[in-house]
Amino acid sequence: MARLTEENVRLAREIIGRYPKPRSATIPLLHLAQEQDGYVTNEAMSHIGELVGASSAEVFGTASFYEMFKFEPVGKYLINICGTMSCALLGAEELMHHAEERLGIKMGSTTADGKITLERAECQAACTEAPCLQVNYRYRYRVTPDQLDSLIDDLSAGNLSSEIPAHGVVASVRQHIPADRAVGAVAPELVTENPVWLDGKAAL
Amino acid sequence: MTTIDTTDTNDLPPQDPNAVSITINGRTVEARKGDFIIAAADSVDEYIPRFCYHPRMSSVGMCRQCMVEVEGPRGPMMVVSCMTPVADGQVVRTDTPQVKRAQEGMIELLLANHPLDCPVCDKGGECPLQDQAFSHGAGESRFVEEKRHYEKPIPISDLVFLDRERCILCDRCTRFADEVAGDPLISFTQRGNNTQIMTFPDEPFASYFSGNTVQICPVGALTASPYRFKARPWDLEQRESTCTTCSVGCRTVVQSSRDELLRYQGVDSDPVNWGWLCDKGRFNFQSTNSDDRLSSPQIKSGDSFAASSWSDALESVARVIRHSREGSIAILGGARGTNEDAFMWGALADAAGVTMRDAQLDDGLPASVFSYAQATIDSACAGGTVILLAPDIKEELPVLYLRLRDAVQKKRIRLIEISSHETGLTKYAWKSIRAESGTAAGAIPALLVQADIAAQLASGPVVVVAGRANLAESASHSMDALTAVLAVVPSASVLPVLRRGNVRGALSLGLAPRNGNDAATILEASAKGNVDCLILLGADPLSDVADVDLARRGIAGAKFVVAIDTFLTASASHADVVLPAAAYGEKDGTTMNLEGRVTSVVQKITPHGTSRADWMIAVELMTLLGHESNFTTLADIQHAMSAAVPGFGSTTTAVAIKRDGVVVSVTPPSSAPSATSVAGPRNSYEFRLDLSRKLFDRAIGTITSPSLANLASEANVFIHPLDLDRVGAAEGTNVRVSNSHSSIVLPVRALSSIPRGTAWVPFNQIGADVRELVRRNESIVDVRIESM
Repeated sequence: MARLTEENVRLAREIIGRYPKPRSATIPLLHLAQEQDGYVTNEAMSHIGELVGASSAEVFGTASFYEMFKFEPVGKYLINICGTMSCALLGAEELMHHAEERLGIKMGSTTADGKITLERAECQAACTEAPCLQVNYRYRYRVTPDQLDSLIDDLSAGNLSSEIPAHGVVASVRQHIPADRAVGAVAPELVTENPVWLDGKAAL
Repeated sequence: MTTIDTTDTNDLPPQDPNAVSITINGRTVEARKGDFIIAAADSVDEYIPRFCYHPRMSSVGMCRQCMVEVEGPRGPMMVVSCMTPVADGQVVRTDTPQVKRAQEGMIELLLANHPLDCPVCDKGGECPLQDQAFSHGAGESRFVEEKRHYEKPIPISDLVFLDRERCILCDRCTRFADEVAGDPLISFTQRGNNTQIMTFPDEPFASYFSGNTVQICPVGALTASPYRFKARPWDLEQRESTCTTCSVGCRTVVQSSRDELLRYQGVDSDPVNWGWLCDKGRFNFQSTNSDDRLSSPQIKSGDSFAASSWSDALESVARVIRHSREGSIAILGGARGTNEDAFMWGALADAAGVTMRDAQLDDGLPASVFSYAQATIDSACAGGTVILLAPDIKEELPVLYLRLRDAVQKKRIRLIEISSHETGLTKYAWKSIRAESGTAAGAIPALLVQADIAAQLASGPVVVVAGRANLAESASHSMDALTAVLAVVPSASVLPVLRRGNVRGALSLGLAPRNGNDAATILEASAKGNVDCLILLGADPLSDVADVDLARRGIAGAKFVVAIDTFLTASASHADVVLPAAAYGEKDGTTMNLEGRVTSVVQKITPHGTSRADWMIAVELMTLLGHESNFTTLADIQHAMSAAVPGFGSTTTAVAIKRDGVVVSVTPPSSAPSATSVAGPRNSYEFRLDLSRKLFDRAIGTITSPSLANLASEANVFIHPLDLDRVGAAEGTNVRVSNSHSSIVLPVRALSSIPRGTAWVPFNQIGADVRELVRRNESIVDVRIESM
């Protein structure tokens, strides 16, 4: 729980190698950090800054732009219940109340055993399947309170662990790019000119 | 009157290929390709409202306040004038109803969440948002909703506070931190309506330049602790002046209210500071207001001082001078005063036959460094190569660091750094070469003929930034290194970076050593009992001379010590007579920066107590000593100065009142060529001591400024991590640092930027004084480090 592990530093260097500028790897490395700890720790952000040549504040600035990076511990399973129009019309509020009563926590908080976090989400683009929710960003459609109960039962019992990995794991299969296919990082001081789109004066 | 047009069209200068002619509100405006519309409009005083645009930083188009109308192929279109470059024939209008509507709309949106706490906001009265809401706003808002509320204020550093609800997200502070200062420690965080400026948790905005963000903040979101709630802008009176904290000579405006200094703001001087200041220069005005200032002359009786009248104190000094043996009077210092102070003390020294004088305290270079072809900051930053043989510029001359860093970032120059450890400029250097103290001069000839370096040096002008990097290394090593560079690149010019604000002025105007009798020689003579009267002119040898033992012996050996200072410094407390001197902001005059640029310094408040300007004290003493002196005003001195000092013409002082000043070249009396030193090889069990200054230390002006007093760090000895293993000490534990002279105990820290075999100790920090190990007659200092 802190900086990236040795194994993850190795992966981080491989990821950095895919981009011409190390900074471009910031977001993939934040995912790596979130996979490691379940959320993005301050120490990991400082570490990423060291790896890509940015200050901690810049990494934090980038990371905090994105809702899906969490900076405080969340449960192993993050349940996002959609609360936008279609879902709201088809019972999302009831679903949320039910989840709150079932788990004994308010939306936005985590169960005492650290298993489940409830969150209210904006539209998840499954309006035809309302009300919908996501468990660690895996969809469940047309969810009734009963189905929610059995989902929570399954999650608690560990029945879904093969389908739904712990929060932070983006994909169960990690993509590897062989070293000979990597772009190879160019140290910033060796980049002699900006790409044209970065030169404000060339814009017009 | 008739004029005859004699212009021959053939004599016209060739058409500038980058010249562009545009029309703004019907006026033809000449601009250059690449300029933005807003800059072209500024050049003819067509004001376009703006919040995020700053001429010294890149444009980002964040605030959308500077929308103007440009004629396009399909009629007028709205563009952001800070992001749109000029083009030949462009027709711009800044005053149409559409433009006005856009401006009013933007102001209304910016004010939707901006609190109307102007009556209690420090910015109120000088606030671009407030001013432009009046000048370009609709007057009334349609928003009736509750505004945002945040916890306030948040300290984002020891000096700067953030009121988030006032922030309009213009990106000026974050851009400054990233682009100009190179310390991107603040950043936009969150998103959309929740976007905020924030530091990383537990990593404060500890930049040496943080005060600039407060100055350029277009609202009251960033405020600095020394000025918070101290005054209202309309109560401030101000005069333009020059900062004399270091020798860069940044232009400032000194602001006061009710006879108390309250704030300095940077003024944009194109050849010098571009509007920026460092935090030390910006906030150390607090020391002028300090209650610890000397307020009346003090005469020592027994072990304590008794306040006296000026006439008694001056008479006792004059009596001592009168009865001193010939050639036994010494003057140390003068580099903290004005040119006029230095000139009058030089004149007094000449009249009284003072042979021993030095404006530096054995921590600079011989004045002969001015006899080389001289560079300016602009010429160093213009192009070619800059060779750094200097102390850490970021620590000692912060605004010069900004200029050099900018020139590197814009790919105008390449830096070659030759230093004993990494500095603030190392990561911007094209080549950064480690040379152990005492070995640089020997390494340079081979180094500079390496193919790539030689090609770089041949490709354009070369400027050598020369100073005294390591205080535990004698000046002769620095001069040898400079000579070695100039032997390879004879066409190079030199930018001398000496310590203290007006060191160049003092050396040029009469306080340079005569016949090689520099500060160390003077102190040595004093230790031997050959100094009957030692005058410390704003000098504190006990705190500043690297060989503290020499300083102690020198002060103790002097028969009579006169200290002219603003505070009772360590050395002044050993004086027999202490005369209170007027501080910065309390006297008028001129100063000379490291380039030789003469600019004005001004009086803004009444001198503390009965303190007087140094030149007045010199004039009084001259009169008491029976020398004819017709000096009663500053103008008398400037008149005499322009007659006596070649290059310091009568126009200089008049021109110097203007912003950018004027560069003059005064050749100080030639000093005896310094002896070449050869440093013996270092015993591999020992460490070579590297003693260098940091921006914040225990200097009197810093510790008497409450906001800066706590920024000095604990004294540590820094060595390479592998050396730490060799010493067998754990990080942070105390080690014994010793040589044949003395032994001190310091905590040890590992730092991979320190080469193996070097021990770096920052100068004058809190804790044991490493100067105990330094002896002036040894050109380098090697120490043993043992775990305890």
